[in-house]
Amino acid sequence: MIRTPHSLPGASTSAPDTWQAELDSQLAPDEQVVATLETDLDVHLVFAPGRLVLTSRRLLGRSSGDEGWAAWPLRRGLSMQHHDHAGVGTLELHDAASRLACWRFTLAHNVAALQLNDRFAEQLTAHLSGQPAEHPDEALCPTCKAPLAPDQAECPLCRRELHTTPSTWTLFRLWRFAGPYRGQLLAGFLLTLAATGATLVPPYLTMPLMDKVLIPYQNGQPIDIREVTLLLAGLLASALLAWSLGWARTYILARVSERIGADLRTTTYEHLLQLSLEYFGGKRTGDLMTRIGSETDRICVFLSLHLLDFFTDVLMIGMTALILFSINPALALVTLLPLPFIAWMIHLVRDRLRTGFEKIDRVWSEVTNVLADTIPGIRVVKAFAQEKREAQRFREANRHNLAVNDRINKTWSLFSPSVTLLTEIGLLVVWAFGIWQVAHNQITVGVLTAFLAYISRFYSRLDSMSRIVSVTQKAAAGAKRIFDILDHVSSVPEPARPAHLAQVQGRIEISDASFRYGNRGVIRGVNLSIEPGEMIGLVGHSGSGKSTLVNLICRFYDLSEGTIRVDGVDIRSLRVADYRRHIGLVLQEPFLFFGTIAENIAYGKPDASRAEIVAAARAAHAHEFILRLPQGYDSLVGERGQGLSGGERQRISIARALLIDPRILILDEATSSVDTETEKEIQKALDNLVRGRTTLAIAHRLSTLRRADRLVVMDRGQIVEVGNHDDLMAREGHYYRLYQAQARNVDTDLDELPTARAEAKSPLSK
Amino acid sequence: MTTAPQLTRDPHGRLRLTTADGSTHEGVVPVRAFPIAAPTEGIALMGEDGHELAWIDRLGDLPEATRHLVEQELASREFVPKIRRLRHVSTFALPSTWDVETDRGEARFVLKSEEDIRRLGPATLLIGDSHGVQYLIRDLAGLDKTSRRLLDRFM
Repeated sequence: MIRTPHSLPGASTSAPDTWQAELDSQLAPDEQVVATLETDLDVHLVFAPGRLVLTSRRLLGRSSGDEGWAAWPLRRGLSMQHHDHAGVGTLELHDAASRLACWRFTLAHNVAALQLNDRFAEQLTAHLSGQPAEHPDEALCPTCKAPLAPDQAECPLCRRELHTTPSTWTLFRLWRFAGPYRGQLLAGFLLTLAATGATLVPPYLTMPLMDKVLIPYQNGQPIDIREVTLLLAGLLASALLAWSLGWARTYILARVSERIGADLRTTTYEHLLQLSLEYFGGKRTGDLMTRIGSETDRICVFLSLHLLDFFTDVLMIGMTALILFSINPALALVTLLPLPFIAWMIHLVRDRLRTGFEKIDRVWSEVTNVLADTIPGIRVVKAFAQEKREAQRFREANRHNLAVNDRINKTWSLFSPSVTLLTEIGLLVVWAFGIWQVAHNQITVGVLTAFLAYISRFYSRLDSMSRIVSVTQKAAAGAKRIFDILDHVSSVPEPARPAHLAQVQGRIEISDASFRYGNRGVIRGVNLSIEPGEMIGLVGHSGSGKSTLVNLICRFYDLSEGTIRVDGVDIRSLRVADYRRHIGLVLQEPFLFFGTIAENIAYGKPDASRAEIVAAARAAHAHEFILRLPQGYDSLVGERGQGLSGGERQRISIARALLIDPRILILDEATSSVDTETEKEIQKALDNLVRGRTTLAIAHRLSTLRRADRLVVMDRGQIVEVGNHDDLMAREGHYYRLYQAQARNVDTDLDELPTARAEAKSPLSK
Repeated sequence: MTTAPQLTRDPHGRLRLTTADGSTHEGVVPVRAFPIAAPTEGIALMGEDGHELAWIDRLGDLPEATRHLVEQELASREFVPKIRRLRHVSTFALPSTWDVETDRGEARFVLKSEEDIRRLGPATLLIGDSHGVQYLIRDLAGLDKTSRRLLDRFM
């Protein structure tokens, strides 16, 4: 049975097991179970397990409150209806007179429900006609209806986004990016070892300086110049050694970490570009920009600075401990005693700091999101004189930011002074114990001085080490947010073994296509077959699913159910980039990238020759106006093509589509945002473009679709009419009404039609 | 504009509306205009073709029988479980599986991203799961401490 995260473990194992036995005892010997549906809601929409079983003779249902199984023998007149709304699916059993029963479930069970619905119709026909149900022998994937190979349990195309959670040890996953620099990292490690060793020499030399030079001198002996010179030379040499080694190690490791950071950034961005439009639809630009920009930088700083320092400190503590124990184990033990306390304290604060820093990150994106919302929409803000309100919104986000920061700072500010206090207490203990040992002649003054020199370094490092807690948490939070992107599997997945499509004819078959966006069904049960070279006009109110259908054909999204085939090949079995090469897209708002006009035309085919670019521009009726520009094809156009009119930009984008010579062409409101005069210009360009290609055109103005071979009228996600203009006019249906409305008022947009109807009802609605 | 719609239920369980001008509509669906902000105000009766047939300003203004029918139909269509307690979350990273107690029983769902937690007001949260079910938290402050602490990690 289909196990989902929705079926509660207790619910789906215990109760239904006894049900199963009960069910088995009820079945007639030759009665077979055809389909089963686990429901997770009862009729009152309360979470409760239930089950619906279709056998060759009847339908059996049971929910958690029922005593036994209810049964409905298959008979003439029965029908089953499936619909879903707001995340809840419903199956209803009707006969001619009334509704007999109803089952509810969350959409986690929708696939099984649809299957049961289909099987029910088949079984009913079979039962009534006496013919065995025509059951396709080969297994079909329930979602996309593609045939499955015998050894496949699930269809690789439909494998849904897995609900796996990224590991908490996210930072270790950065190893994937460190791998290529293994050699340099090893060199850095060895240098660190040597440099740390060199820094530990000076305190060791204080012992002989104290015991063999200074104290004997105080006791009346002359200073041995040779020994002093030797010792001081040793101090200088070790300092010089530590300096040069430290320089080499910092340089090498900083280089490596900078490269790791750059790789991380590039990989994340490349991965982001692969994700489907669905992903971008659900994310805010500001947030994504922060993740790729500052989060990667934060990780890089962490690696090059904090982690490196921490690692050096750990090495130093380890080596110091060894030296201290070799000199005097008893004093060493006392010296190292406060260490576990500090470690414990660090651990204590760690948890609180981590959540705090994650919170700060989120609040920070909140602040940038306000900016990303307001600045592009500044015209609207100013037009409605809402500057104050937007300022207030920013102030509010900032205030929230402040509040969260204040809270974390309370913990954080206590942290460092406490470490310092512990350090002082630790030193005190060493002094006390040391003096006692000196008094008992167990150690010399020199040994005590060396110990104090060692541990004052040692503790000062502990203090800075405590900072690693916060930076690690910050870096881990950043790494998590980056791996959130990297772990996100594209909902338009690349096939494991892509089919190859060298030559495309341009035949498109859409069968049983459904698409759900969130819990809203946008496209439902669409069937359409388009011949190569045919031009289809898509007509309907906005929100009727035209653009979504076109996006599905481009494979910006994948269908929830059904298939789209191009030349008989499921588009999901093709490599996305290979497939899109055959598609030319002209949008309502043409987007021109920063660069020259020639670069913009050649965007889809960067290796195009100048002759090709000019030919495409000619065909798109763009050549002449481009030549009128001072720099011709080398003129720079801005982010959104500033300096060019809407019609000019549109013709550049048409040239762009022409240049890749696609077999399939999509015009999404290509002429909607320009005036009628410009539209004629563009229309001429489009006529060149459309010739000989399979074309899908969406247009508000029905007149622009006059060249279409067939018009497809869509309403609320379904195709309601198909035919050419004359047919549809004769039918006096949806299209007729749309056309009449436009003919009455040339400027009426299709969008305004429903309001026009409502106007009759209430004078307030416009 | 308040109409007094004549509502009846047919044996197939669908609502039938007879408007003032005498025309009847099958399969009428009531829809709340402000399901969270003002659930009992502004209810539209939509026809099967998705067009508005009638508008009810306030649910309380309707005659008892009609109101009952509308409420019944709304109840059978609305599924926004109200979370009373968070029992357990599998991880603080996402996606995360949540075990919750709701006014409609115990449920388990998968939260895909932090963006699926939406603030509707100072104390109201709407949480969308991976299958499109929306869970509501009416009063954030009214939750117990454990629930708030768990939730806090995601906000």
